[in-house]
Amino acid sequence: MSDLLLGARMAFSGGRDGWARAVLTAFGVGIGVALLLLAAAVPATLQARQARGDARYDFRLGEQLPAAANTLLVSTFDTEFRDRPVRGRILRPEGPQAPLPPGVAALPRAGEVVVSPALKKLLDSPDRDLFAPRLGHPEVIGTIGPQGLAGPHELAFYLGSDTLTIDGSHRTDVFGGGPPGEEFGPTLILLVVIIFVVLLLPIAVFLGAAVRFGGEPRERRLAALRLVGADRRMTHRIAAGEAMVGALLGIVVGGLLFAIGRQLVPLVTLWNISVYADDVRPSPPIVALIVVAVPVTAVVVSLIALRRVAIEPLGVTRRAASTRRRLWWRLIPPVIGLVLLAPLVNGVSAVGAVYTRYQVAAGAVLLLIGAVTLLPWLIDLLVRRLGGGPVAWQLAIRRLQLDSATSARLVSGIAVAVAGTIGLQMLFAGVQRQYTTETGEDTTRATSHVQLFNIPDGSAAIRQLLAVPGVTGGTGTLWAGIVRDGSSPDQASAGFLRIGDCPALAEYAELDRCVDGDVFRSLGPPDGGPSVDAFGPGTQVAVGERETPWTLPADTRTVPARASPIGWQRSEILATPGAIEAGRIGPLSVDTYLDFDRDDADTLERLRNTAAQLSRSSWVGTLSGTTQADRLTTIQRGLYIGIVVTLLLIGVSMLVGLLEQLRERRRLLAMLVAVGTRRATLAWSVFWQTVVPVLIGLTVAVGFGLALGSVLLRMVNMPISVSWPVIGMSTGLAAAAVLLVTGLGLPALWRLMRPAGLRTE
Amino acid sequence: MTSEPLLVADQLTKSFGPTTALERASVQIMAGEVVAVMGPSGSGKSTLLHCLAGIVAPDSGQVRYQGRDIGAMSDTARSALRRGEFGFVFQFGQLVPELTCLENVALPLRLNRLGRRAAERRAAEWLARLEVSEVAGKRPGEISGGQGQRVAVARALVTAPKVIFADEPTGALDSLNGERVMRLLTDAARQTGAAVVLVTHEARVAAYSDREVVVRDGRTRGMELAA
Amino acid sequence: MSIGQTILGLLEAGPRHGYDLKRAYDERFSHSRPLHFGQVYATLSRLLKNGLVEIDAVEPGEGPERKRYAITTAGVTDVQQWLSQPERPDLYLQNTLYTKVVLALLTGRSATDLLDIQRAEHLRMMRELTRRKAGGDLADQLICDHALFHLEADLRWLELTAARLDDLVSEVTA
Repeated sequence: MSDLLLGARMAFSGGRDGWARAVLTAFGVGIGVALLLLAAAVPATLQARQARGDARYDFRLGEQLPAAANTLLVSTFDTEFRDRPVRGRILRPEGPQAPLPPGVAALPRAGEVVVSPALKKLLDSPDRDLFAPRLGHPEVIGTIGPQGLAGPHELAFYLGSDTLTIDGSHRTDVFGGGPPGEEFGPTLILLVVIIFVVLLLPIAVFLGAAVRFGGEPRERRLAALRLVGADRRMTHRIAAGEAMVGALLGIVVGGLLFAIGRQLVPLVTLWNISVYADDVRPSPPIVALIVVAVPVTAVVVSLIALRRVAIEPLGVTRRAASTRRRLWWRLIPPVIGLVLLAPLVNGVSAVGAVYTRYQVAAGAVLLLIGAVTLLPWLIDLLVRRLGGGPVAWQLAIRRLQLDSATSARLVSGIAVAVAGTIGLQMLFAGVQRQYTTETGEDTTRATSHVQLFNIPDGSAAIRQLLAVPGVTGGTGTLWAGIVRDGSSPDQASAGFLRIGDCPALAEYAELDRCVDGDVFRSLGPPDGGPSVDAFGPGTQVAVGERETPWTLPADTRTVPARASPIGWQRSEILATPGAIEAGRIGPLSVDTYLDFDRDDADTLERLRNTAAQLSRSSWVGTLSGTTQADRLTTIQRGLYIGIVVTLLLIGVSMLVGLLEQLRERRRLLAMLVAVGTRRATLAWSVFWQTVVPVLIGLTVAVGFGLALGSVLLRMVNMPISVSWPVIGMSTGLAAAAVLLVTGLGLPALWRLMRPAGLRTE
Repeated sequence: MTSEPLLVADQLTKSFGPTTALERASVQIMAGEVVAVMGPSGSGKSTLLHCLAGIVAPDSGQVRYQGRDIGAMSDTARSALRRGEFGFVFQFGQLVPELTCLENVALPLRLNRLGRRAAERRAAEWLARLEVSEVAGKRPGEISGGQGQRVAVARALVTAPKVIFADEPTGALDSLNGERVMRLLTDAARQTGAAVVLVTHEARVAAYSDREVVVRDGRTRGMELAA
Repeated sequence: MSIGQTILGLLEAGPRHGYDLKRAYDERFSHSRPLHFGQVYATLSRLLKNGLVEIDAVEPGEGPERKRYAITTAGVTDVQQWLSQPERPDLYLQNTLYTKVVLALLTGRSATDLLDIQRAEHLRMMRELTRRKAGGDLADQLICDHALFHLEADLRWLELTAARLDDLVSEVTA
C-alpha cells in the first residue's frame, strides 16, 4: 500500500517535467473519458428528446371527441425556413379548460402566437419579413419552455385562431402519449453498433497510449528506486500507483471536460437537431463502469509495459528487441470474428433478433480487434526486411527495427478507425442505393413546385404566386376530382380534371395543337392512377366538392400524358379555361411550377409566405434530382466527424510520443547536426519513422475494411462493390492526420537540433 | 604557406544568457598540429571548440577556416563544411543507438552522398585501423565504452578531415582505455595530416598534444604558436 | 627551496626587522621546522652583500635585531625573476610551488600567471615522457607512467589552487 502511495507521489515528482507529464497523461485520459461519457450519454439524450416529443403529441387516434369545455382544435401548420423544419400548430380552444401544450403558459388568442426561443430570435432579426407574413404578423405573447421543445434551437410556434373548424383540424383534450417513435431498422441498428465500435476502439487505444506518456523517464526513476533497494515487486506496485493516479486525475479531468462540453452542446445544431445540456446525461451504471475500468486498465497497461523491460538498479534494459512477436494468438480475434460473421453472410433478415445483433457486433468487434493485434506483428515483420535507401530512411528503419511497438500501438488505433470507416462507408454506399430514390423530378423545367389545396380563387392564387418578387416565370393549373354523373364514386368512374392555359397544360400532356376552349383526355401509363376510360367525349360529370355539372365537349381529343416537372405522369382530363368556367366550380386545388434563381433562398421563403397566406395546407418545395434517407446522411456525416475527432486524438498521442522521443534524443540530434547532418535529413527520418508504420497500418486497414464491408454488405443482401472514393477519403483523412502530426513535430525538431543541445551535461 | 594558420579564432565573445562563456578568446590552429584546449570546467573550452567548429555562432569575433569567415557562411555551407572537412569525437552519446557500429562509422560518408557499399567498405577499414573490427555488426548499446570511443574516432577520421574536434574524448574512460584512444587518435591524425583540437582537463591527455591553449573565465592564455 | 627569495618576497610588502621576518616565515612556510636566527641573519647579510636588501633603519640599543631591512629595486627584480621562472618539474616540489603561489599573492602578483607558466613547463615534460613512452619498452612505459601520474598530480594541485585562489587571497591578506 505504501508502495502505491509512493508511486502516487512520484507521478508529480520530477519538477516541471514531472508536472508536464502528469498533466499530459491526465488530459489524454481525460479526453478519452470525456468521449466515453459522451458516448454513454447518447441513449439518454435521444430518450429525453423522444420523451419531450411524446409529451407534446397532439393527435388522438380513435373516435372523434365531441366539443367540450376541455377540448382544443389543433391544425398542423408545419413549414420550413432556410432548410430548417418549423413545427407549427394552429390552436383554437373550445372551452375554458382547453389543455395547454407543454412549455406554453397561456393559449394564444387569434392574432397571437407563442414561439420557441429560436423562432423568436428569427422574428427579431432582419429575416422576420421572410417569415412573419406566413403567420399573418401575429403578436408574440410568449415563448415555449424547454419542456415543450425537442431541442434549444428548434423552430416551433403555436398560433392562435378563432376561425379554425373541425374541417382541416382535429380535436384533442390532452397533450402527450405519442405513438412509439420511428424505430431504427435492423440495418441501421447494425450500423450504429459498428459505428460505436469503430469510434470507441481507437479511443481505447488512445487511452492505452495516454497512460504510457512519459514511460521512459518513469522507468529510469524506477531503476533509481531499485538502486536504493526496492525489489521488483515493489517497483511494479509503485508503477501501478503512478499509473492509477494518472488515470484517476484523467477521470476528474474527463468529468470536467464532459461537464464543460455539455454546456457547449446547446450551442450547436447538427442536421436540425439541437440538444439541451440537461439531456446529455450518461447512465449511472456506465459511468460507474468507466470510473472503475479506466484506472484498472491503466494499471494493467502499465504492468504489461513493465513486462517488456527489465528494471535493474543500474538502468533499464529493453527486452522487446530480442523477443520475436508471436503470430498465433494474434490470429485468434480476427478468426473468431470471421467465424461469428460467417453464418450471417447469407442475409441478415433476422437481425432484429437480439442474439443475432450481438453476434454481428461481436464479430465486427473481433475482426477490428484483429487489426489491432495483427498490426504490430506485421509491422515488425515488414520493417525487419526493409533496409537500404538514403540515410534518413536508414535512420528511420533502424529506429523502427529497434522499437516498433510504440508506433504500432498508435497506428493500430488509426487502422481500426480507417478499417471501420471503410467497412461502414462501403455498407452505406450499398444501402444508400436502396434508400436513395431517383425522384424523377426534372430540374430543367422548374425550380419550385407549389401546391395549394381547396382554395376559393385558384386563378388569383396563381397570379399572386407568379407575382412574388424573384419569380421569373412559371405556369399554374387548377384541379379537382370528377365523378361520372349518376354513378357511385368508385374507382372506374372517378378521375381528375385539370384546368389551365395551353402552356400550363403542355407540362402534363403532349399537345399537338391547343387553343383556348380545347379539352383533352391525357393517357398515362396503366399504373399511373385512375384511368380516363369512363370519360369519353360527351360524358356528363360532377366536378369538385360542390359537384358542379359539366359535359365533356364532343371534340375532346385523346393525347399521350407527359411527365410533369415533378415526375408525375397520369391519365386525367385537361381543359382550357375557355371550355369550363373555373370560378363556377368552387374550391379548387392549385399546382404551380415556378422558375427563379436557385441560389436565391429568399425567393423561396417569400413563396412560402405567400402560399401560407393563401392556404394553411400548402406545399412549397424545390425540385431536385435525388433524395436520400435523412437518417442515413446523418449517420454518415456523424461517422466522418467521429473519425476525424478520433484521428486527431490519435494524432495528438502520436505527436506526444514523437516529442517525447525527440526530447530524449536531444543530445544525439545536436550531435548529428554538429557533425554536419542536413536538417532535411533528420526531418525526413522523423517523417519516414512516422509514415512507414502508418502506411503499413493503412494497407492493413484497407484490407480489413474491405473484408468487413463485404461481410456487412452480404449480410444485408447487397452486391459487393468497392467504393474507391470512400477508401480514398478514409485513408486520406488518416494520412492528413499523420502529416499534421509530423508537421507539428517539426518546429520541436528544429529547436532540438540547435547545437546548444550539446551543452547539456 | 606553412605559416598561414588553418583555423583562426579572433576575439570571440559568446554569452549564454547572463553567463559569459567566451570573452575575446583567440586561438590559431596550424595544419596538422594537435592543440590541447585546457582549463577548469565551465571555463568556456567546450564553447570555444563549438565556435571553432562552426556549431555555435559567436556573439562577436570571427572564425576563419582557410581564410574564409565561417560566420559569413550560410547554415547549409557550414553544415557541408562540418561534414566534409571536420571530424568530431565527443565524450559520450555520440553514436546513433539504432545503427550498427559499421553504419555509424559510415554515416558521415553517406551524409556526403557516398554510396552505401563504398561507405561501409571504408568504414570497415577504419574500424580495423582502430582495432575494433569485431564490433562492426553490433549496436552501440552492446559494446564497451572504450570500444565505443574507438568507433567514434573511426567515424571522425573516416572522411579524412582536415580538423578533428575532440571534446573530452576520454572523459568516460579508464586510464588504460583513455591512453589507447588518445594514442590511436593522435597517431591516425598525424598519419593523415589532420589537425586536432582536443578539449580536455586532463594533463595526461593533453600530453598527447603539440601545445596547449588555456582557457580561464572565457579568456585564452598561452596562444604562442608551436615552433 | 630558496630562503633568500622567500625573505625578499616577504620584504617586498614592507621593511621588517630580522625577528619579524623569521616569525612571518615560520608562520607561513615552515610548519614543522622553524628557521634558526642564524640562518635568517646569514641570509640577510648575503642579500645585503648582493645589494638586494638595504638597512632601512637602525634603532638605538644592542644587537643585530635592532636593524630594519628593506628590499632594493634589484631585490624586487630578483623576486620577479624567480617567480616567473618555472621550476624544473621534479618530484615533491609542492613546497616550492606553494611558497611561490603565496608569495605571488602577498606581493600582489598574478598567481594564475605563475600557474600557467608552471603548467606549460609540466606539460612540456609530460609530452616528452609521452613520446618516450610510445617508443619504449614495457619498463620504460611503466617508469614514464609513474612520472606522468606524479606530474599530473602536481598540475591538478595547481589547478585546484587556481580554483581556490579566491579563498586563498582572503586568507593570506587577512
